Amino acid sequence: MSDTIEFRLNYRPVRLTVDGERTLLWALRTDLELKGTKFGCGMGVCGACTVLVNQEAVRSCQIPVADVRGKEVMTIEGLARNGHLHPLQQAFVDRNALQCGFCTPGMILSAYSLLLRKKSPTEAEIIEGMDDNLCRCGSHQRIVQAIQDAAKHMRR
Amino acid sequence: MSDKEFNEPPSATAGALDLNRRQFLKILGGGIIVSFVPVFAGDPPEALSAAQPRLPEDFNAFLRIGEDGRVACFTGKIEMGQGIITSLAQMLAEDLDVPLGSVDMVMGDTDLCPWDAGTYGSMSTKYFGPPLRAAAAEARATLIELAAERLGVPKNRLQTSSGVVFDTDAPAKRVPYGDLTKGRRIEKQLAEKPPLKPITGFTISGKATGRTDAVEKVTGKARFAGDIALPEMLYARILRPPAHGARLTDADTSAAEKVPGAQIVRDGDLIAVLHASPDEAARAVDLIEGTYTSPKTGLNDENIFDHLLGVAPPGAVLAETGDLQAGRGIASKVIEATYRQGYVAHAPMETHTACANLDGDKVTVWASTQGPFPAQREVAAALNMPLQNVRIITPFVGGGFGGKNRNRQVVEAARLAKLTGKPVQVTWTRGEEFFYDAFQPAALVKIASGLNASNRIVFWDYHVYFAGGDKAPTFYDVANKRTTAYGGWQETRRAHPFDTGPWRGPNGNTNTFARESHMDVLAAAAGEDPVAFRLTHLQDKRMLRVLEAAGSAFGWSKAVAPSGKGRGVACVIYKGTHVAAMAEVEVDTTSGRCQVKRVVCAQDMGQVVNPEGAKMQVEGCVMMGLGYALTEMIRFRDGKVLDRNFDTYQLPRFSWAPKIETILIENPDLPPQEGGEPAITCMGAVVANAIFDAIGIRFHELPISPERIGQAVKRS
Repeated sequence: MSDTIEFRLNYRPVRLTVDGERTLLWALRTDLELKGTKFGCGMGVCGACTVLVNQEAVRSCQIPVADVRGKEVMTIEGLARNGHLHPLQQAFVDRNALQCGFCTPGMILSAYSLLLRKKSPTEAEIIEGMDDNLCRCGSHQRIVQAIQDAAKHMRR
Repeated sequence: MSDKEFNEPPSATAGALDLNRRQFLKILGGGIIVSFVPVFAGDPPEALSAAQPRLPEDFNAFLRIGEDGRVACFTGKIEMGQGIITSLAQMLAEDLDVPLGSVDMVMGDTDLCPWDAGTYGSMSTKYFGPPLRAAAAEARATLIELAAERLGVPKNRLQTSSGVVFDTDAPAKRVPYGDLTKGRRIEKQLAEKPPLKPITGFTISGKATGRTDAVEKVTGKARFAGDIALPEMLYARILRPPAHGARLTDADTSAAEKVPGAQIVRDGDLIAVLHASPDEAARAVDLIEGTYTSPKTGLNDENIFDHLLGVAPPGAVLAETGDLQAGRGIASKVIEATYRQGYVAHAPMETHTACANLDGDKVTVWASTQGPFPAQREVAAALNMPLQNVRIITPFVGGGFGGKNRNRQVVEAARLAKLTGKPVQVTWTRGEEFFYDAFQPAALVKIASGLNASNRIVFWDYHVYFAGGDKAPTFYDVANKRTTAYGGWQETRRAHPFDTGPWRGPNGNTNTFARESHMDVLAAAAGEDPVAFRLTHLQDKRMLRVLEAAGSAFGWSKAVAPSGKGRGVACVIYKGTHVAAMAEVEVDTTSGRCQVKRVVCAQDMGQVVNPEGAKMQVEGCVMMGLGYALTEMIRFRDGKVLDRNFDTYQLPRFSWAPKIETILIENPDLPPQEGGEPAITCMGAVVANAIFDAIGIRFHELPISPERIGQAVKRS
């Protein structure tokens, strides 16, 4: 059942010898020790496990790790470069757009993929794009503002 | 299992708490220990005194100052999003006079922190704050005495600033706190307790401060219980019954045993699969065929209210003023109504999680819990160990809302670690989280009330079933009123088909829904504007002030409901905090969807330690409260919980979010009161009242789901 799977993870090549049917979520969290990607619901409906595969936001609890063979995966750990927070991360900090922080990695990566698709999203587009990411603490208003701030910053 | 090639594996354990522990170890040799006795502001709440633990001798050790000047603040409270990691640090920094950035919070570690009953009831700032401030003030006074000896300057010439003691006559004569404590361990009782800093001198407390844990949380570095990885750790999945009350009669584990690497453990009713990979453990547990009895309680979410009325204990009068019969006698209009609310789940984004490691005769459990000290007791009892051999460490908690006062997963992880001799992680699935949740209890309120000819409420006869508690009696000015409780909100045995417990704003949500809905019913019967009607029935000055503040920010103009404007109001006095909420809704009578467009919340919570944090809590209350107002209710049948994930149990989403405006009333003369819960209790009624104002239909039961709105519109 074990398979060798090579892909790029946070800009670096990785090779995993693993059952390719295992979910990307648990391969990331256990084999690769990247704990920023969270388990929330296990059926792709909360967004806590969101990562980027070829710049596209995907629910890592729903895809087998074999699916990312040869692809580019980014987790929350890959977003800050050279010690600098990504504008989205900075905007979340500045707006205090989080409380417990458990949904935050998924929120930020979903927003990242949204901003790749739309450089200047309207408020309605942000709400629509983020609507399947759940936050129980109620930071929604601040998250929308943070994404708007980051979009502005990234257009500069 | 895996062949890892990764040039820069991120540390699995680097996090604030670990840094704090290193910090702690580093400073153990020095620092000062400040002695103080806890001073409670007013009477300690019932729950606190009822817990009756012995406060440990080292309860005094709330803070240590390291040689490098960094200050470790120890608290048995935990951080689950509510923001005390920031606000408690502000309180300490203020009275100790150190920069906020020099404070490291060490939270919820039973080995390092003073005993605590648990993080619930919005009590951290109100009840933990005063002793923490007292400790900080005493530490500062002690440092001044030490500096007087060191500098050879009389202490009345010394002052402190940002972690330094200096001579006011010669400011160059100065000594940092860290230098004073270097190489010395001082246990000192001051002859006289120093006073706390007056609020007028505050420079850190009371200032809007961003979350100090934000950077960790946006970078993925923040560690939660499930992020703890220990050598040779196994992930456990436990066989669960299909329904509450179902008993296991047989279990066939043969197929699960064939999963390579799977270890099956059975200890009484506990049957678990352990595996180095959590997903393999999940695959294996699904292969176990358990045979269970099928309980037939006949109870479901539709007949539960009749059941509760049937099993309710005799009524107990919680509060009484005047003479109900006399009031009824002078009433020209009598209005009766019954209000209901079903079971509501906590649904934190992080499920119950724990990671246990047995080391000789000691066990350490990293746990997502609101009560590390209660969890310590539970583990000690389950493993038959002395209390001091059990250490609970609480990393960041991914939401609690009351639900993580239950520590079943902590005990499970500890038992499995003992049974296997290996470190064990238990992370509940979302299905387990819903199944074992201690829901907000379903409850009913029956109100009989009357207006006299001049539209004053002359009697208020309030009967509450299974939500009895301090939020039941009305604060409105009514001459003849009585509150009778048939079962309190903590009544769990026999009455409910599963576990119930504290849910953000215990007994506040159902009672405020009932009281504030009924106030609007009376206002409509009186032909009066709902705000004006409340104002004529209020004498409480703080309540009058928040209601007026909310009205002015909202732009409330007088109108009798239903006005078609779609606006509602609701008020609450939640222990020491006063809230008035106003909302504007739009109801689509075709789809039944209610969109809450705007919420204004005015809150008087006394002094505000962190205005930014307080606003975030109000916003959280508003969003979370929309859930129980509009969709959230657990469906169940014969002990089976039918809602087991977010596909059917609908949490509030971005598309629901109203524009939220929070007004914090300045009240510097009152010490800090509750902040995390009060506003949420208004959400049921403020939405129900706004819906009535919009479409003229009164809803007496929560949630006011699109289906219910749709059906009611059809009937109307």
